[in-house]
Amino acid sequence: MSMTAATRNAFRTGIVLLLFALVGTAMLAFTHDRTEPVITRSQQAEKLALINQVLPTSSYDNDLLASRQDLPPDDLLGTRQPSALWIARRGGQATAVVLEAVAPDGYAGDIALLIGIDIDGKVIGVRVTAHHETPGLGDYIDRTKSAWIDQFSGKSLTDPESKRWKVAKDGGTFDARAGATITPRAVVKAVKSALDYFARHRAAFAAPPATKEKKA
Amino acid sequence: MMTMSEFRSLFHNGLIKQNTGLVQLLGLCPLLAISNNVVNALSLGLATTMVMAASSGAVSSVRHFVPNEIRIPVFVLIIAALVTVIDLAMNAFVHPLYLVLGIFIPLITTNCIVLARADAFAAKNHPLHSVVDAISMGLGLTLVLIVLGAIRELAGKGTLLSGIDMVFGQAAQGWVLHILPHYQGFLLAILPPGAFIALGLLIAANNWYKARAVQRVRAAVPMAA
Repeated sequence: MSMTAATRNAFRTGIVLLLFALVGTAMLAFTHDRTEPVITRSQQAEKLALINQVLPTSSYDNDLLASRQDLPPDDLLGTRQPSALWIARRGGQATAVVLEAVAPDGYAGDIALLIGIDIDGKVIGVRVTAHHETPGLGDYIDRTKSAWIDQFSGKSLTDPESKRWKVAKDGGTFDARAGATITPRAVVKAVKSALDYFARHRAAFAAPPATKEKKA
Repeated sequence: MMTMSEFRSLFHNGLIKQNTGLVQLLGLCPLLAISNNVVNALSLGLATTMVMAASSGAVSSVRHFVPNEIRIPVFVLIIAALVTVIDLAMNAFVHPLYLVLGIFIPLITTNCIVLARADAFAAKNHPLHSVVDAISMGLGLTLVLIVLGAIRELAGKGTLLSGIDMVFGQAAQGWVLHILPHYQGFLLAILPPGAFIALGLLIAANNWYKARAVQRVRAAVPMAA
């Protein structure tokens, strides 16, 4: 049985396409193999650099990235998916935690936050890691745009008192720019909820590390 | 080899006559999305140029081995593979720049101008010519991106080159030009509608300029008409 010209042509075309796909795949596999370790390293360095913005490097001597735990979704954290928690320890004693939280009620959806809280429940620092707020209007919550977010440093659930954990316009302590109060309102609320969350779970965070993590 | 006049005509074609942003109106998605400031516009323009040069060179080199029926899938495959390689390489070796351009690098794959040049030019021409054509087309796009970015950044924020520290590090923070001090800002220019309005004005200006040039030629040679 001999192939017709059309079948032969189709067969040859298929082979050419297959060859190109193979070459393309090989190229990608090679590049991926070569770049993966570098990418992983720079992603970790980036994560650590971000964490260090809300946590002084002097406050820990453990391998911070290895201390990572997944927190289940929680209303107080505003999360619908597990979020990360890192525990800073010095000499085996927990000194602070860094956790991811979400302000779900921003002007344009979720505002992702990274919050450093010392073991006494005081905010060390807050950073916005992702948001969709209006550029030039609500985006001053971003530390690269303004220092607004710095006013959380040193605050705790008792300072200011609970009813003053609001933007100034609502009778609270935290100032906000005129014309864009929805965004800061959401952030203030989210930071306070995160402190509530921390207060509830403080005992677990302060406990000595599981042996598994020590080895890592 | 190519002659000087071929070289010049390819550049003239890419930068002016067939400018992708103002004349062909191809690849408008990144043009509109990224042109809210000069730094983003320049970075994406250069990245696109790089991808176009690489893909046109590759397509042109293999053009004799690709059966006509499957040329589009093969070209798409080549472009997608190259973009992914560049994406990974940038992520690994110029990480700060990668963070700025982020999701827009993979999106270069879907920029139709890349495939358009591969199919319309590279598939029929010598690799050297194809690379020059791709670079000039890419630079033409970059030029429009920069002008659009400058208009929108100036109108929207009163600055130029804001965000340059994301590319060159903290030291570059002083390079930002505050052209209009104490400017209140004009949000519309930075939001997506500003991109459409500014591009429309640019196209209109380009058409007006061309129409005027034609009229001048007619006026100079009245008998020709």
